[in-house]
Amino acid sequence: MNYSVIVDVTLRAGIADPEGATIERALPALGFTGISNVRAGKSFRLDVEAPSAEEALAQATAIAQRLLSNPVMEDSVARLAGE
Amino acid sequence: MARIGVVVFPGSNCEYDAANAVSDLGATPEFVWHTQASFEGFDGIILPGGFAHGDYLRPGALARFSPVMGAVQAFAAAGGAVLGICNGFQVLTEAGLLPGALQKNRGLTFLCQPSTLVVTSARSVLTRNAAVGQHLSVPINHFSGSYNCDDATYDALVANDQIVLRYLDNPNGSRDNIAGVSNEAGNVVGLMPHPERAMSTLLGSADGRVLLGSFVGLAATATL
Repeated sequence: MNYSVIVDVTLRAGIADPEGATIERALPALGFTGISNVRAGKSFRLDVEAPSAEEALAQATAIAQRLLSNPVMEDSVARLAGE
Repeated sequence: MARIGVVVFPGSNCEYDAANAVSDLGATPEFVWHTQASFEGFDGIILPGGFAHGDYLRPGALARFSPVMGAVQAFAAAGGAVLGICNGFQVLTEAGLLPGALQKNRGLTFLCQPSTLVVTSARSVLTRNAAVGQHLSVPINHFSGSYNCDDATYDALVANDQIVLRYLDNPNGSRDNIAGVSNEAGNVVGLMPHPERAMSTLLGSADGRVLLGSFVGLAATATL
């Protein structure tokens, strides 16, 4: 089976996020008020050939930890697309 | 005469400056393409600045998987002198040869300016000829230079005297003003500032000579 997997990479809690902070500061000027805790991150989509969804997610998780994220400062989560 | 390998990744752009600095200090630089897998016969390795593999994903994230990095790892494990400058520092942290990580600058500004560094350890291959407390004027030129690590790593850095250089005025939001760190043994060092661009008073500063002179001199006396 071919599974479409999304990997989200975000900065770990406690790590300064200048990009998220800059976006947050821009929002009031656009009329959006009451928005807080904006965090910037990255999203990757992969198609994984695997015998099961669990296997596909396990592979994507390994890729996320080894390459897509730097575990020193980032967390990563793999999920099936559409879920 | 010390033979210093200057690693060239696709996207490196400070390799000629680094090689010129090495020659200027009386050693022999040699460019090493990133697919080379051995450093036999070399006395030291420099990973220069630039944008290895386009800095895609994260600076250093793809470079760490270049074949040459296995050889850098082996050279470092054998006690060889390894120096990462700017992008080279990012590559060394991604490869796990140095602790911590380099994050986007505070304020999201690309910084290209002189910086004043304070030598905080004279134990590393880069600072052996410097005095603790000495101020050095060395330029910075980076977007992702904000040094970051967790508390346990930071405590270990302090306890093992691995913080090699600090900024006098923190330009980028680095934890505790950190500009450069070494591994525990002191033979692998990374720093964001560019000592190879501080080789002549005519061009602003010659303070880079203190640092690279230490590195090249120690590489020359290494017994690899």
